[in-house]
Amino acid sequence: MKALKLLTLLVASLFTASAALAQEAPGLDDRINQAFAELTGPFVNTIFAPFPGTSFPWIVGWLVVAASVFSLYFAFVQFRFFGHAIRLVKGDYSDPNDAGEVSHFQALATALSGTVGLGNIAGVAVAIGIGGPGATFWMILAGLLGMASKFTECTLGVKYRNEYEDGTVSGGPMYYMSKGFDELGLPGGKILAILFSIFCILGALGGGNMFQANQAHQQIAGIVGDYPGWITGIVFAVVVFLVIVGGLKSIARVTEKVVPFMGVMYVAAALVIIIMNADMIGWAFGQIFTGAFTGLGVAGGMVGALIQGFKRAAFSNEAGVGSAAIAHSAVRTKEPITEGFVSLLEPFIDTVVICTMTALVIIITQQLLIDPETGNYLLNEAGSAIATVDGNTGVSLTSAAFGSAFSWFPFILAIAVVLFAFSTMISWSYYGLKAWTYLFGEGQTKELVFKIIFCIFVVIGAAANLGPVIDFSDAAIFAMAVVNVFALYFLMKVVRQELASYASRLQSGEIRKFEH
Amino acid sequence: MTNKIVIGLDGTETGERALTFAKELAKGMGSCELLVAYVIEWSPYTFQTPEENAQRHKRREEELELATTRIVTPAVDGLKAAGFTAQGVVRHGDVAETLNAITVENNGSQIVVGRSSADGIKKRIFGSSTQNLVMHADVPVTVVN
Repeated sequence: MKALKLLTLLVASLFTASAALAQEAPGLDDRINQAFAELTGPFVNTIFAPFPGTSFPWIVGWLVVAASVFSLYFAFVQFRFFGHAIRLVKGDYSDPNDAGEVSHFQALATALSGTVGLGNIAGVAVAIGIGGPGATFWMILAGLLGMASKFTECTLGVKYRNEYEDGTVSGGPMYYMSKGFDELGLPGGKILAILFSIFCILGALGGGNMFQANQAHQQIAGIVGDYPGWITGIVFAVVVFLVIVGGLKSIARVTEKVVPFMGVMYVAAALVIIIMNADMIGWAFGQIFTGAFTGLGVAGGMVGALIQGFKRAAFSNEAGVGSAAIAHSAVRTKEPITEGFVSLLEPFIDTVVICTMTALVIIITQQLLIDPETGNYLLNEAGSAIATVDGNTGVSLTSAAFGSAFSWFPFILAIAVVLFAFSTMISWSYYGLKAWTYLFGEGQTKELVFKIIFCIFVVIGAAANLGPVIDFSDAAIFAMAVVNVFALYFLMKVVRQELASYASRLQSGEIRKFEH
Repeated sequence: MTNKIVIGLDGTETGERALTFAKELAKGMGSCELLVAYVIEWSPYTFQTPEENAQRHKRREEELELATTRIVTPAVDGLKAAGFTAQGVVRHGDVAETLNAITVENNGSQIVVGRSSADGIKKRIFGSSTQNLVMHADVPVTVVN
């Protein structure tokens, strides 16, 4: 009943807020945007600043270097333990007496539903559109390297999580920063944890919320025609509220069931299109490899393809950002490292499989226009991207590619985008909440305050055209990565000890499969 | 050798009938132990929100506690009061698979269950837990109507 009262209150306040938004003079809207942009501009520019003399954002380099360092430091754990990771997810090593606890599969599925989303559908299209097919090659490479970053952060997330007397758990980078640094006798862990938590809250409200609400609204408006965004916002906010405050598990359960189904269907549809054009597969891979090193006449050439590919992988799988460490820390395992192994499948599924499918479908259905004389790609009038059939970019490029094979697919895709956005919001509401409770302490009222703020931001995100705010929220997510990766460099030796111990026990047969 | 009968309960009245039937069976056998089993339907392959995951351990303890105090312990006490040697067990998992696993682990010689309480579409597609148990169990199964 308390939840119902709160809901009424929330809806009332949302209506007032959005009515105010709707009535605002356009001038005021602009001024707010401008003021916000000026305020946050330096922060955004610092995070996305390019290396001097290039257009390569240093933050992307930061993530790729980190992923490479972890890959080397753990001697390519992502390949050595790939098979073992799959056996863990299948439950081969699960003790039957632990039945009823969160399984490895569930932790992986939960974390994936937070990362699979717009990045895989719209982001890839943007990358291919600007960087050409060659971007796919660099995207896959970055995805493969990112597996090592995930492995590192998720192992630490489980190792240093808090377990409370009532049986619930809290984990994530803020806990391994403070506890891990203390354990190693290093100073500054607490400061890093606080910084990370602040960025995590901002990232949750921005990229994990407003951006999602905004894109979901645009998808719906694209189908039913234009209408005010606050309507979508309120509907979304109410549903999110029911799930995260009202504890209405049924909605979450439906979404969590439909989302993986959508993901599988997306990959299946992509596979069908690829198989239907089987004779083009060799050509498409040729384009990807040639494009990776020559650019095939794309603006920016090889470097352009590389930047786009790396950027997309980093944006999509969130390896090194630290969000997955929060999601994975709920698994009750005696070996924290097993969760690390499982988590390394995440960038693989997200980037190497799903993103590549999107890229292949766009290439194979020949959405990108080629100059028949030179074999190079034609550029659009501005010269900033490859010319496409009907001039599509982003989601509409992916949509057109799938639509060229199945005319009904764009509708399914729109539903998928909305559901992906919703499940990403639910996941990020939890990440943000964990950062919030780290800063302010656990407690029902404190948690409720954050959840209500979160719901209000859903409406704001859907209602307004908030370019600067979106920039800011992306920057906040990547600021998480700056702090997180920095901490990982200090803590990676802990993971190496765990890995050595586990590997030797696995070899000696001390860790073995259970009969099921 | 002592016989051991595993009785699968599901918290409904068909479970009660299974219990009554097992008692009769045990009386006729002489030396016989009874194992009362309750399986909480659970799959490692469902999809959950992060918050549900974080609370899972707590929920699991609550579920075990509830099943033990409400269903298994009263049944075991009733059997003991009637002069039988009885034990109880509660576990999560697929009902048919887990009941069979419990039986095998405890060297049970047979299983007695009530007719399945699953209904609707799920039953039509996947068959009921009872049907699965009858088809895949390693020991004889008696289904009480």
